Amino acid sequence: MTTAEVQARSPRLSGPAWLIDNVGTVTWRNLHRLVRVPTLIVFATVQPVLFVLLFTYTFGGAVQPPGVQRYVDYLLPGIFVLAIGFGASQTGVAIADDITNGMIDRFRSLPMTRSAVLAGRTVADAVRNLFVLGLMTSIGYAIGFRFHAGAAAALAAIGLAIAVGVLLSWVNALIGLLVRDPEAAGLAGLLPVILLTFTSSTFVPVDTMPGWLQAFAKVNPVTVTVDAMRALSLGGPTASHLWHALAWIVGLLSLAIPAAVASYRHTTKA
Amino acid sequence: MAEIKSAVVTEGLRKRFGDVRALDGVDMEVAAGGVVGLLGPNGAGKTTMVRILSTLLPPDAGRAWVGGFDVVRQSERVRRLIGLSGQYAALDAYLTGAENLRMIGRLSGLTRAAARVRAEELLHLFDLVPAARRTVRTYSGGMRRRLDVAASLVARPAVLFLDEPTTGLDPRGRIGLWRLLTSLTREGMSVLLTTQYLEEADRLADQIVVLDAGRVIATGTAEQLKTRVGGERLELQAPPGEDPVALAVALNGLGHDAPTVDTVTGRVIVPVKDGPAVLPEVATRLANAGLQVTDLALRRPTLDDVFLTLTGQSIGSATTADPVPVRTA
Repeated sequence: MTTAEVQARSPRLSGPAWLIDNVGTVTWRNLHRLVRVPTLIVFATVQPVLFVLLFTYTFGGAVQPPGVQRYVDYLLPGIFVLAIGFGASQTGVAIADDITNGMIDRFRSLPMTRSAVLAGRTVADAVRNLFVLGLMTSIGYAIGFRFHAGAAAALAAIGLAIAVGVLLSWVNALIGLLVRDPEAAGLAGLLPVILLTFTSSTFVPVDTMPGWLQAFAKVNPVTVTVDAMRALSLGGPTASHLWHALAWIVGLLSLAIPAAVASYRHTTKA
Repeated sequence: MAEIKSAVVTEGLRKRFGDVRALDGVDMEVAAGGVVGLLGPNGAGKTTMVRILSTLLPPDAGRAWVGGFDVVRQSERVRRLIGLSGQYAALDAYLTGAENLRMIGRLSGLTRAAARVRAEELLHLFDLVPAARRTVRTYSGGMRRRLDVAASLVARPAVLFLDEPTTGLDPRGRIGLWRLLTSLTREGMSVLLTTQYLEEADRLADQIVVLDAGRVIATGTAEQLKTRVGGERLELQAPPGEDPVALAVALNGLGHDAPTVDTVTGRVIVPVKDGPAVLPEVATRLANAGLQVTDLALRRPTLDDVFLTLTGQSIGSATTADPVPVRTA
């Protein structure tokens, strides 16, 4: 070797094609992890099933919301959000983990698109959520749940749940980037989910709550989205519920994505 | 501006973390195809240098170019040139060795087929074929380290950054990795490697930059640095129970400087200008004085001696087994 040259590789892909290629690779990575990391398997299978059975049989005898035959008809859309929220907390854990073990540093030293690490993670989450929702719906059907408003509305309800999942994944990615400690990130991801679901229409109708709590519960984004999913699965007027929910999701996503990507760009192992 | 010939150029690079000045105006260069060893103790600023050059961290002041591209303003271009292996093995523990390498390949712009071929090549080169289909969490520390270095080579980088590549390896693993890195650097890749092992810098780098508290305190080849400390050293070991000072007295005036005596270990060190030429005289004096030695060696100064001379403190005392002279004479 006589003359050494320092030459850059020319990129094979660029722009959106490169972004999609990167997101695909990161999604592949996370889906592989999904079936190999024990806690992720539990969050994707055991926990959603437990949620359906546990809440149906513990609350089902006491709570009789108006307008539904069975409590599980009322409950399931709410439980969708709870299970997805719990699962999403693992995204914050995973991102914080990647920071701690230097994986983010490695990704950031590669010529990949800046948003791909986070976007790939959230896409993998959406795939997992699709599985989780299918599993929960099957268990629900086994114990009496039915979609009452037809197939299109049922698909729309699932689609809305997926959209909530995408939002929660991005929020948790941001949490992971800010908190940087895997355990703290898990906690920081779970607390708001627990707080917001229990102060929403997830388990009980909002008008059974005391006045001060009702005021909050009515504007709680979880109430808004759960009510929209419920309208889609039970039947009845859906339009205003749906627009409300979508406005929340899109609005929060338009804050969470840029914030998370901006934070990612400067994240390095301490 | 940076010359095209240089793989890395830095000018007045500064970085502080709170009150700590990690880098305090560093100027250095890695010639194209060169291997530079960044040598220094913990906290000298070695990792900060690597982080800035691999575009992970912006400098507070000063500039740096990799392959002629500014690491801050043209960071995208820089990332297409470099490979990075950090201090810790940055791998996905739940993917297999082969999957990790394929993922890095895909994210570096290789097609699926090319990434697969390259992964197999590297697994072979780094002796990881038997473990290729196992998840990385089952790997030993040495295997992780090797896989991490392999990952930094996936895209055939023009400039490679290795941050303490052999930290945590046992002696056999270290020598194995050295052999591998030596053969890789022969292929014309430019390398900046950080290390606190003097032997490692001596062995792998053709140019050494000694960093201490964020400043470059010496630059040169291993030979040049050793010359700064003077010539060779004659080391004699007194038999157990006998006074090494008697040895020192007998040999006084032989070297260009007074002998030093380590009374604990019974070792006497005489700095000499022309080692082999004084050996007959040493034998004569010892015979005349009726003194015996259990060991007699002529050795070139190590980089530890260099560091000791430059900073007044031993760099390797905690990490190497080299004897540190106690200056009592």
